[in-house]
Amino acid sequence: MKHIMTINKANLKESAQKGGCGNCQASCQSACKTSCTVANQKCERDEK
Amino acid sequence: MIHKYYLGGLYIVLDVNSGGVHIVDELTYDLLDYAAPPFAEECPQEILDKLSDKHDPEEVRECYRELAGLYEDKILFSADDYEKYAKFTVASPVKAMCLHISHDCNLRCKYCFASTGDFGTGRKLMPLEIGKKAIDFLLENSGNRKNLELDFFGGEPLMNFGVVKEVVEYARSREAEFGKTFRFTITTNGMLLTDDKIDFINKEMSNVVLSIDGRKEVNDRMRPGIGGKGSYDVILPKFKKLVDARSKDKDYYVRGTFTKYNLDFAEDVFSLRDAGFDQISVEPVVCDAQYDYALTEAELPAVFAEYEELAQRLLENDRQGKHFNFFHFMIDLDQGPCAIKRLRGCGCGNEYVAITPDGDIYPCHQFVGIEEYKMGNLMDGTFDMDMKQTFAETHIYNKPSCRDCWARFYCSGGCNANNYMYMGDIHTAHTLSCELEKKRVECAIMIQAVKSLERGQAE
Repeated sequence: MKHIMTINKANLKESAQKGGCGNCQASCQSACKTSCTVANQKCERDEK
Repeated sequence: MIHKYYLGGLYIVLDVNSGGVHIVDELTYDLLDYAAPPFAEECPQEILDKLSDKHDPEEVRECYRELAGLYEDKILFSADDYEKYAKFTVASPVKAMCLHISHDCNLRCKYCFASTGDFGTGRKLMPLEIGKKAIDFLLENSGNRKNLELDFFGGEPLMNFGVVKEVVEYARSREAEFGKTFRFTITTNGMLLTDDKIDFINKEMSNVVLSIDGRKEVNDRMRPGIGGKGSYDVILPKFKKLVDARSKDKDYYVRGTFTKYNLDFAEDVFSLRDAGFDQISVEPVVCDAQYDYALTEAELPAVFAEYEELAQRLLENDRQGKHFNFFHFMIDLDQGPCAIKRLRGCGCGNEYVAITPDGDIYPCHQFVGIEEYKMGNLMDGTFDMDMKQTFAETHIYNKPSCRDCWARFYCSGGCNANNYMYMGDIHTAHTLSCELEKKRVECAIMIQAVKSLERGQAE
């Protein structure tokens, strides 16, 4: 495309199909404790 | 829904529901003021007219077709069809715990949300019996979750380190029986770190959070000891020793808080980098607006400018091959958490709880001491399942200002405790935190966009 460049897989919808296993870290356990961010967490599903 | 912004010299368009990130040219950016589904075969004349003084009509037509193609591919203006997951997957096992091993502290940090360690409930240390009960609670309530997370928190947990060690030993002794793995974290101010404690922490803790605010004068102003003397000179060498001895496959963060007193907090981030740390988190203070150091709406422009400055400095730093992690700009646009995780955020009160030295159960460390949010007690076996259910249902679709926010799948509804304390309701987003979070997300995505472009140019 000339005007638009997509830089990622845009795969949030696919992730919902296979997601919800609950293996990933509770977000507040990492470093924050005061200001919650979730998108910087890692997916820890055994089989993706 | 889309969100578009200009930052770091790039026009960036996010497709909120697919997670798509697009770098566009100025024409596309302008066209998106008018173009939206349903897309016509050709760009409507009305839109061409609106852009005619700035853009060539043929180019606009071409660009319009590109947008329509992305819409067809469901990576632009894609639909939000996740609400069904929010309704289906409510009650979760409890898999994470903040263990308040010490409601006492040897520092007197001015911004402490724990009232300098005791959460307003009296200074005390957790007895081993409560620590063991907490482990049992987690083992028995964690269902099919294999990884159990336990953060030793305070106050200052090193003031009760003997119990920390015994709780770890007890938990390890029960892992095989239950088929679980404990991941321990400890959050410490470092004052009581010794070589022995460093060895134990580096062996047993999968993550360690080391509290330090950055530059010496910034740290010492807000993090003095009981006698008023700054803590920096005591803790910095201890933190260095711990990190230098730590295995690379284990996590750590040096974690600071910035306030109105250091709106140039990028300097503190780089001060920590210069001191030899490469995993850094520096976060905005969250407190009542009455305090001199509080961040309020008036500081937002300065904080936003500083986040932008920090983002540019991090990019430049990376170009020089000196990468380090800044926690709030970490984002993986392809392999991040699944959409279901993003509906409910931290999981407090549902999959995450805090335990006080008396064995009281609260939704998280920030709710400790708020009587109406006490969920039960380990000693009498009470656990309020109705409150757990309320927190399970506290997802982005039950928070009015999150439902329509472009950042909802990045922050996932924010901090319920902040919502309660500053807005009066766990469902009402804490506006100031939202503004800061949105800025951080914009910066984090811009960094990835710039890197993506630079990689493309290098190939």
